[in-house]
Amino acid sequence: MASARGMDWEHAVGALGLGLLIYGSYQGLFVLPPDRFMGDVMRILYVHVPAAWSTLICFTVAFVCAIGWLWRGTWRWDVAGEAATHVGLVFGVLLTCLGSIWARPTWGVWWDWDPRLTTVAIMLVSFGAVTALRSFVDDPERRATWSAIAAIVSYVDVPVVYFSVKWWRSLHQMQSSPSTVDPEMVMVLRINAFAFLFLAIWFIARHYRLIRIRRDAELGELS
Amino acid sequence: MNRKIALFTTLLLAGGALTWIAVGNMGNNLVYYWSPAEMKTHGSEAVGATIRLGGQVVAGSVKPGSPLRFQLSDGVASVDVSTTEIPPQMFREGIGVVVEGTVDANGLFTSNRMMVKHDNEYRAPKPGETVDQEKMKREMEQLFAEGGK
Repeated sequence: MASARGMDWEHAVGALGLGLLIYGSYQGLFVLPPDRFMGDVMRILYVHVPAAWSTLICFTVAFVCAIGWLWRGTWRWDVAGEAATHVGLVFGVLLTCLGSIWARPTWGVWWDWDPRLTTVAIMLVSFGAVTALRSFVDDPERRATWSAIAAIVSYVDVPVVYFSVKWWRSLHQMQSSPSTVDPEMVMVLRINAFAFLFLAIWFIARHYRLIRIRRDAELGELS
Repeated sequence: MNRKIALFTTLLLAGGALTWIAVGNMGNNLVYYWSPAEMKTHGSEAVGATIRLGGQVVAGSVKPGSPLRFQLSDGVASVDVSTTEIPPQMFREGIGVVVEGTVDANGLFTSNRMMVKHDNEYRAPKPGETVDQEKMKREMEQLFAEGGK
């Protein structure tokens, strides 16, 4: 619980994340050169790719928490799973908007049903459904179990999102690697990746505390 | 105990589904675009149907005008494409594009939606090079408007 004196640890992580994001985005927007073919539009890479990674990480945390609840049956797994799912959805929507903004000037379209975009859409709808399912079940224990099962089923799509550009022909390019990106660009991409990771940890930890209070209140009423 | 049974059943199902997607022969049912060679093997079957065609813009094949004409190749076969859309700014010879439209009996592909594929390379301009997006956009509009010249 939030302590009256001192600061919750996650605020330090959040501040570090914000600091890195400001530094990395300043570098990406104003210091680094543009892409030789794409021009300044390419600079959105420095937030689009970190948003994608943190979305996949959040849903992975939700998957692990779902297993944790079903295996151990302790509430912190259920609460953490709900928090990670919500934060994953926020980053996922951000990822999709950023991708769409990037797609219009480069591909020429805002959206197309290519394998990468389609599997991302499926992922967001699935985890959105996990969230919706929670509000349909009144009994906390049954709610935790059902949403854990739904989260594990939804998670099947996460590796598919990652591999979609390798397995199938798509409009979306394959993952870049340090050999396909100039070193100074890789550096800033990494800085922003850690920034997004720290922000995700901050959000999940804050949201965990909030859901924990709600869950404790709910369980207290039942007993 | 019930929860653990649910856990193993769900993990088994999820693992099975993922394996099926990964190693199952889904590629044939999930083709985002045809290559020119694939379209040609379908012959008259392909005529009139809305299809997506993907390949590289053949060097020297771009004919400015409205509609814009160019050839699309996969290294095996090539297809004549005519598009009524102003190309995205990255359109150039040698780049990958995906066009949506129909092919007629003469093999001319008419497209009303064109997408430019870009690769996963991000590089700074070479010394002396400049990138001017407004100029790129103007060039595309000119490419499209220069019909009949």
